[in-house]
Amino acid sequence: MTAIELNRREFVRSGVAAGAGLTLAIHLPACARPGDAGVATTPFKPNAWLRISTDGATTVIVDKSEMGQGVLTSLPQMIMEELDGDWSRIRIEPAPVDPAYNNTFYNIQATGGSTSVRSSMQSLREAGAKARAMLVSAAAVDWGVDPSGCHTESGYVVETDGRRRKSYGDLAEAAATMPVPESVELKDPRDFKLIGKPIARLDVADKVTGSAGFGIDADSEGMLVAVVARCPSFGGKVASYDDQAALTVPGVRQVVEIESGIAVVADGYWPATQGRRALEITWDRGAMEGVSSETIAKKFKALARGAGVVARDEGNAARALGRAAKRIEAEYQVPYLAHATMEPMNCSASVTPGKCTLWAPTQFQSGLRMIGAQITGLPEEAVEVNTTLLGGGFGRRFEMDFAAEAVQLSQAISRPVKVIWSREDDTGHDFYRPAAYNRLGAGLDSAGDPVAWTHRIVGPSIMTRLSALFGPLPDGLDSTSVEGAADMPYGIENIHCDWVHADVGVPVGFWRSVGHSQNAFVTECFIDEVAGAAGRDPYEFRRGLLAESPRHLGALELAATKAGWGGPLPDGRARGIAVAESFGSYVAEVAEVSLENGIPRVHRVVCAIDCGVHVNPDIIAAQMESGIVYGLTAALYGEITIDNGGAREGNFDSYQMLRIQEMPEVEVHIVQSTEGPGGVGEPGTPPIAPAVVNALAALTGERIRKLPIVA
Amino acid sequence: MTAFEINGRRTESQSAPDTPLLWVIRDDLRLTGTKFGCGIGQCGACTVHLDGVAVRSCQLPLSAVEGKRVTTIEGLSSNGDHPLQEAWIEEQVPQCGYCQSGQLMSAAALLSEKPHPTDDDIDDAMSGNICRCGTYQRIRRAVHRAAGGGA
Repeated sequence: MTAIELNRREFVRSGVAAGAGLTLAIHLPACARPGDAGVATTPFKPNAWLRISTDGATTVIVDKSEMGQGVLTSLPQMIMEELDGDWSRIRIEPAPVDPAYNNTFYNIQATGGSTSVRSSMQSLREAGAKARAMLVSAAAVDWGVDPSGCHTESGYVVETDGRRRKSYGDLAEAAATMPVPESVELKDPRDFKLIGKPIARLDVADKVTGSAGFGIDADSEGMLVAVVARCPSFGGKVASYDDQAALTVPGVRQVVEIESGIAVVADGYWPATQGRRALEITWDRGAMEGVSSETIAKKFKALARGAGVVARDEGNAARALGRAAKRIEAEYQVPYLAHATMEPMNCSASVTPGKCTLWAPTQFQSGLRMIGAQITGLPEEAVEVNTTLLGGGFGRRFEMDFAAEAVQLSQAISRPVKVIWSREDDTGHDFYRPAAYNRLGAGLDSAGDPVAWTHRIVGPSIMTRLSALFGPLPDGLDSTSVEGAADMPYGIENIHCDWVHADVGVPVGFWRSVGHSQNAFVTECFIDEVAGAAGRDPYEFRRGLLAESPRHLGALELAATKAGWGGPLPDGRARGIAVAESFGSYVAEVAEVSLENGIPRVHRVVCAIDCGVHVNPDIIAAQMESGIVYGLTAALYGEITIDNGGAREGNFDSYQMLRIQEMPEVEVHIVQSTEGPGGVGEPGTPPIAPAVVNALAALTGERIRKLPIVA
Repeated sequence: MTAFEINGRRTESQSAPDTPLLWVIRDDLRLTGTKFGCGIGQCGACTVHLDGVAVRSCQLPLSAVEGKRVTTIEGLSSNGDHPLQEAWIEEQVPQCGYCQSGQLMSAAALLSEKPHPTDDDIDDAMSGNICRCGTYQRIRRAVHRAAGGGA
């Protein structure tokens, strides 16, 4: 941990020495009492996540990026539970970039894959418990008693059979001299006071006063603002440019060519955009010239006739399909989708001869350190990454493109600079949820039971693009392309699922729930079609096929029961149901829809989630509400159209978002479970598109097989 | 030179008269609670009050505020204790939080006009504010709570 402390000291020192007063307007919540910051020192730093001051203030260092999913509260809950700390004295602080904070699932410092709670529950609870043990040891030594004769409560060590008690603050100095225990016993879940409780979020107070610091709010003396003109076709380059007119715009300081395009550096965002408007650029559109959604769809269909990489093969699906009493076949298509975080991409950087400092709304701290070092030639230790709050992430902020621009530009102009993307930049230069073409087949025997299921997926590959980071595809298969399809839960004897990689040059990336976002739509709609062909109720049909998947079944039954499946509905309404596992959690949703002037209206969504042991039920409910809106927005309206190798959509007038008047009533039920923790940031998203489309099919008899619904 | 009042304080801006108020607030006055989301008046993240009326500051040129009163989220209350801010906390509305300044400013303008809004009133007043985290249901509850109608 020495390295981290050094880094932080260096940061403080360099800020003072520079005189320029590099400050980031980030306010993280601290329920600190007046005077907390006074004479108190912080001697007790038992591990990377905890600091206890002599006045009892307890700082929890949060190593995951807060993008709305609640980690600034849920991760401290786990530490403070085992510490038996005083929740009212908590302060929270974002972690610096350091291998100590690597995500235990990925061995990189990153927030994604709905891993924050499940990847760190063990380590954070242990961190809290070990610190607690050291505080107990310190008190026991002081009192000359055995540690077993002491217990803890809300920031105090208490002598169980005596009258003595000492605060963690008073014990901080002595605790720092105690050995760190090798192993430690964790609490019995029955004794939990914080885990499993709907503790109020620590970040909301600052988020209602405007004082919360996002990336776009980063500031320092002398920091300039830049916007970048990028080629409208993916992968295109600048052929030539004329910056004469741009340089005459008042407030514009410099025009600089960087890797992604032409940057206009100015005193503020507005003059920068005016300068960009005045640029004259000739683009070399490159290999993507002429590529459109139509040419891509044709390529997908052509590739669907070739060979695929097998993702799952059980029994003999082709033969069983051939022999089936009844065959159902369908094609499903999903479009490219942009992330559309509310806070457009941005990053601030200051590159000096020996140091590269970043202020970044990022999901990938170690990635930014890596590219900071690559661009500047500095050692990684000389790259500091300050994580701000994120105005939405959804996977977009795992990428490093926006940070690379800031580093390149600051290096070029030798000044701190903040690169801000316009909304059009953000929509037009995303790493999109891959489009995909699916061909499915199912066979029923004469009793109406399914005996065969075949699924071919054709689409681009996220992990191929990211192979420099994550290595080549194992067995040539991109698991993110088939997740939610190859592992579909229904008990059918003959199953075949394969994937054809279609590389068409559109940049693709992680979009909230990744492959599950499209594969749940495809499989959960097709199973509904199969149920219909068998003449069965779609809920009962699913139940009958989930004997081997009890957690799917549990979520499905809870959602159906709470939604009153099969019960009466107002005229003109219908229900649809879907269930999907993703990121270790099982989510079922029942949607209630009608048509208003031919436009689908979702009135109510009943959601049931089994995420195993849970930490904060209100945050889980919020994440389900959030994931449902995110998926519903995409299902209804989401489509990035490719036109001459670039995205046609730009702002919210062409890339439509769900608004308050379209918000369904969402009701969330959590399955009580002792299973290991699952994710919650993403799993709410996959079931909503199929639940709505299935409801529309029940309502109209028409089956939608291509998204978005409102084309 | 444009003179106007911001959060009860007189100020003068040297920025070009066509500069959108949003960027005067953020880049010149360094009040960063007001957010940039779209720049075309479609998302509401930049909502402020102009003489008490909710406006999209990204669409309002500086010249249009001469002599007027501008209130940003920083000026909504002195201690973060506007009934809406308290209701937002009670209902645990914010997730990422980026759009919430704009949401609160739209809601505050609504309540000053209609102290007891119906769901339709809320839809009308708030439909210009996008939230990508999907906090709409909690926003609705919080507006009702602040209006004294409970949750």
